[in-house]
Amino acid sequence: MEFASRRAADIVIAAPAGRIDHASAEGFRLALEALLADCAEGRDGVVLDLSAVEYISSVGLRVLMMAAKQVRAQKGRIVVAAMQPVVKEIFDISRFNMVYESFATVPAALDRLSPAARAAYGD
Amino acid sequence: MKVRFWGTRGSIPVSLTAAQLRAKMAALLRGASGRELRDEAAIEAYLESRPFHEVGTYGGHSSCVEIETGGPEYVLCDMGSGLRPFGEAMIGRHGPGQPQTYHVFMSHLHWDHIMGLPFFTPAYIPGNRLVIYGCHERLREALVRQQDNPSFPVPFSYFGAGIEFVQMTPGVPVEAAGLRVTAKKQQHAGDSYGYRFEQLGEQAGAPGKTLIYTTDSEHKLDDVALTQGFVEFFRGADLVVFDAMYSLAEAISVKADWGHSSNIVGVELCQMAGVRHLCMFHHEPAFGDAAIDGVLADTRRYEEISRAGAPLRVTAAYDGLVIEL
Repeated sequence: MEFASRRAADIVIAAPAGRIDHASAEGFRLALEALLADCAEGRDGVVLDLSAVEYISSVGLRVLMMAAKQVRAQKGRIVVAAMQPVVKEIFDISRFNMVYESFATVPAALDRLSPAARAAYGD
Repeated sequence: MKVRFWGTRGSIPVSLTAAQLRAKMAALLRGASGRELRDEAAIEAYLESRPFHEVGTYGGHSSCVEIETGGPEYVLCDMGSGLRPFGEAMIGRHGPGQPQTYHVFMSHLHWDHIMGLPFFTPAYIPGNRLVIYGCHERLREALVRQQDNPSFPVPFSYFGAGIEFVQMTPGVPVEAAGLRVTAKKQQHAGDSYGYRFEQLGEQAGAPGKTLIYTTDSEHKLDDVALTQGFVEFFRGADLVVFDAMYSLAEAISVKADWGHSSNIVGVELCQMAGVRHLCMFHHEPAFGDAAIDGVLADTRRYEEISRAGAPLRVTAAYDGLVIEL
């Protein structure tokens, strides 16, 4: 699993890639953890760009649950975007569609979260 | 080996309401519009074409599962309310004059897993033998207490059958009715225990079958050692009867530490362990038949998505289901 991130104004766009499963979930957790401290009220929001994620297992979803709980406690904003169809199915089956607000594309997520970030992100 | 489900519902028994039954009939009648249903064969073919939630019900008895070994003695897991119809079937089959032996393996002592005993008619008949196995030290106390005043009018001492208790230790197998049975401690309030049943000797020239009964068990996904322990416990089983009460999101958020698991984790553990058949069990009592059908469809799809080796068969238990291993 690879993990990249970039900033657009007050939003951090985090983009894991590959399979998030028993072998890679801990790396995913550590990479995400580094972004979450600043994901709080009046500070950064996070968009998880899942377009390059091929599969996510229960342990990967657990990392996302822990992230959602932390961000909620900090009154921050974290959403998912651009899920591949298989990953979207896993979100639906596991009911993570009730945990995370999701958007079809990263720009659509930025439209909702931050006009400044949307402008900085470009087309 | 066959596994027969007498009670499959989690936490508390449920039953269909008149309105729910009427809704099933209305759906079937709507579906039959324009069809020729003039004989039994046509009716059966029509019913077969309909989803389970229209033509059947997952049922409402709490946990009770029978393992048919082909031998003369009976083997059960848990004594939920499904024990009552099992007892009635035994009386119908044997009458009161032919003593039988019943081996019962207890996952734990929560009410939904013991409530059938006061209504188990064979326990009142002298000559019958009831051997109750479990790892909880207070096993006998729990069963005596539920029959004491003011909870029930017939005390435990009134049972006419010979009742024996076998204190098991996790990881130390016992033999009963041609099975080697090993317990494993599980995460649940007050602890629960799963059981691995292995048929001793060959059966028709083939190795004996293996069944895992694992209910009321929560799996903490972040503990690799614990997860691997369950993978080894499940290893190579022909059938795993698995507590899949919640969705994964519920099981690790609002219902974390409630002691139950999810369909997703059931699939993943069985896939890692090379299990052939996963049977979802201990259904959420708030779920109607259509909801459980939906969970089953979702789980089969997840099995396809996550499959790396041989296919894992996935079913949802219902009261009356028989699975041949």
